[in-house]
Amino acid sequence: MPEHETTPAKRLPVKRPRAGMPTQDAKARGRNFNEVALGYGEELAVGEAERCLECKKPVCQEGCPVEVRIPEFLGKIRDRDFRGAYETVKSTNSLPAVCGRVCPQETQCEIKCVLGKKAEPVAIGRLERFVSDWAMGQSQDKPARIKPNGKKVAIVGSGPAGLTCAGDLAKKGYKVTIFEALHAPGGVLIYGIPEFRLPKQIVAEEVGNLEALGVEVICDVVVGRTITVDELFQQGYDALFLGTGAGLPMFMNIPGETLNGVYSANEFLTRTNLMKAYLFPEWDTPIKVGERVAVIGAGNVAMDSVRCAFRLGAKEAAIVYRRSEAEMPARHEELEHAKEEGIVFHTLTAPVRVLGNADGWVTGLECIKMELGEPDDSGRRRPIPIKGSEFTLNVDTVVMALGTSPNPLVSQTTPGLDVDKHGCLVVRDEDGLTTRDLVWAAGDAVTGAATVILAMGGGKKAATAIDKVLQGAK
Amino acid sequence: MFIIRKKRDLTPVTKLFVVDAPLVAKKAQPGQFVIVRIAPSGERIPLTIADADAKAGTVTIVIQEVGKTSRQMGLLKEGDGILDFVGPLGRPAPLTDKGPVVLVGGGFGVAPIYPIAKALRAKGVKVISIIGARSQDLLILEAEMASVSDELLVATDDGTKGHKGFVTEVLKQLIDSGRDIELVIAIGPMVMMRAVGKTTEPYKLKTLVSVDPIMVDGTGMCGACRLTVGGKVKFACVDGPIFDAHQVDFDEANRRGKMYATEQKLAVDRFEKAHHSGPCACGCGGGH
Repeated sequence: MPEHETTPAKRLPVKRPRAGMPTQDAKARGRNFNEVALGYGEELAVGEAERCLECKKPVCQEGCPVEVRIPEFLGKIRDRDFRGAYETVKSTNSLPAVCGRVCPQETQCEIKCVLGKKAEPVAIGRLERFVSDWAMGQSQDKPARIKPNGKKVAIVGSGPAGLTCAGDLAKKGYKVTIFEALHAPGGVLIYGIPEFRLPKQIVAEEVGNLEALGVEVICDVVVGRTITVDELFQQGYDALFLGTGAGLPMFMNIPGETLNGVYSANEFLTRTNLMKAYLFPEWDTPIKVGERVAVIGAGNVAMDSVRCAFRLGAKEAAIVYRRSEAEMPARHEELEHAKEEGIVFHTLTAPVRVLGNADGWVTGLECIKMELGEPDDSGRRRPIPIKGSEFTLNVDTVVMALGTSPNPLVSQTTPGLDVDKHGCLVVRDEDGLTTRDLVWAAGDAVTGAATVILAMGGGKKAATAIDKVLQGAK
Repeated sequence: MFIIRKKRDLTPVTKLFVVDAPLVAKKAQPGQFVIVRIAPSGERIPLTIADADAKAGTVTIVIQEVGKTSRQMGLLKEGDGILDFVGPLGRPAPLTDKGPVVLVGGGFGVAPIYPIAKALRAKGVKVISIIGARSQDLLILEAEMASVSDELLVATDDGTKGHKGFVTEVLKQLIDSGRDIELVIAIGPMVMMRAVGKTTEPYKLKTLVSVDPIMVDGTGMCGACRLTVGGKVKFACVDGPIFDAHQVDFDEANRRGKMYATEQKLAVDRFEKAHHSGPCACGCGGGH
């Protein structure tokens, strides 16, 4: 964007390099579960906010699925009105402390930042985290009483999609109840994303903020088993939102996958994060981490798994990926963090089978080297096995991080709720209306495994649509 | 919190709990299970449903004190709460209209056999039950099983009650006597279920077993419970827990069940130490 479109500012943007994120020392953090990124302090935050050009047409905002008014909150940080900045973020984003940590800002808001064309973009994500963390340290004003509008909405699943939808509807006066299958709310934010990237206390505080708005969270209810969608309508809910995620793990279907020591990433991460296996035996859930761990895959879940394995005490923790580093789907930052911590990368390597001993325990992973051919449907170069290049990785734990698909428990028990061939819920419009009237859905349950922020964007759109339909139906 | 309404000691190490869980009670079908967690730092363990009363809003479960969690649970009293009680999970037992059905329960596996017997009887299906234990004092729910069976046969390893020997011997005698049998359902320790499958296989007699693998979430998320059935990998929590006994790879299931044997022993030792020596850490005021 041409520079003349920037506001003739009352305050000129300050030219300085983007403020780096203070982090825990790589060597130490590789072996503990404390948060890696430590967050900006006030001075770093104000300094970084001063870099904003305050463009007349804030293109950064267009990159945000939950429509955070970015220049406005940056401006308030600059003025040291941190509470005001937090209120601005919070007015459209129900989970700012989460987004500030796990959103891929580099492909959302920051990629649009005009500064990024010549230098580095403003660190919008880090500033979002700063204001949220600042607010958590302050005494919270009781949220203004919202006038109930007399309508009830049930939300199935308390992951990012469900929490966002719940927050937006509660702010509009709906009586919102979230049903969660696990024993604690947060979905992937608590069972999947590790403590060192997203402390569980942060998730608990964000959920607490929603409860303060009047949202009710009921755990230990598996919709599709404990209660069905139709029964929820019978209980008087006016609309339903399904944010059931993509929880089913995929395996490779290679020999040896049922050997002791082979985990799905879901199980490995759930034991570690939700069940706190790293605190065994003080906590009851155990995990087996051998001396050498191979994690298959190179997405964010694979990076989380391999970094957990190292923290759990593995001598060597490695990524095994059939393409090259350029094709890795993980966030660049996660990849860099993993490298700094000493994670080993076996690229252009595909597992052929898991090897085991007579007692049924993993002893190795037979792999084959790959080379890249022509681009495939995904646009990435197709990996092709190199004949005769088989070799064995000496490992005793294997974690499959190959992706996940939606859980069929709700669709199987809800007549008229259609899924596509991948098991994803079919939606009739952009707002996430499913093939059942008054039932909306968003997040991984619709898209297949994607990001937290896309799920939140979907939850937000659905909330707007639910409000529109229910108010029209008055 | 899910409140314990009633507790019964079936044997010194087998305890029955009737738990307030109205939503689960309304939906529970024979063969399904719940996931239970009893402390904030606790693990999630699957327990097969032993009975459910939709009207009273209660679900019955039976535990055998083997690991740390089951031992800790054994200390809970009437009026105490269970932190998490989720279900009903898994697919219900297929309740055939055609009998007779032979139900085989071994050890505390008699508990989940009971609701299947009850449901089949309610449908007018003839039920022959064979229950067994190591010894008479470890035999559970005999009267209950008698009340829902057309015929009840008992076996104990030491001969203190009924046939001296294994339930499989009683089953084989029954088959060899030429009795008409449509289906066999067996629940109990892995070795016993495998033996039942081995017994009925030569007769091509359809046999179902309920496997009890390690689980975490119980809803298909983690895959801890995977096992090979007929050469295909299945998740016991969503595809089972009831499978064709002649198709299950018991060796693999048995081995997977022992994946955390070392950790379990460590946890049990720590627990025993805390509860049997010196002032008890659980607040009960002494040793147990």
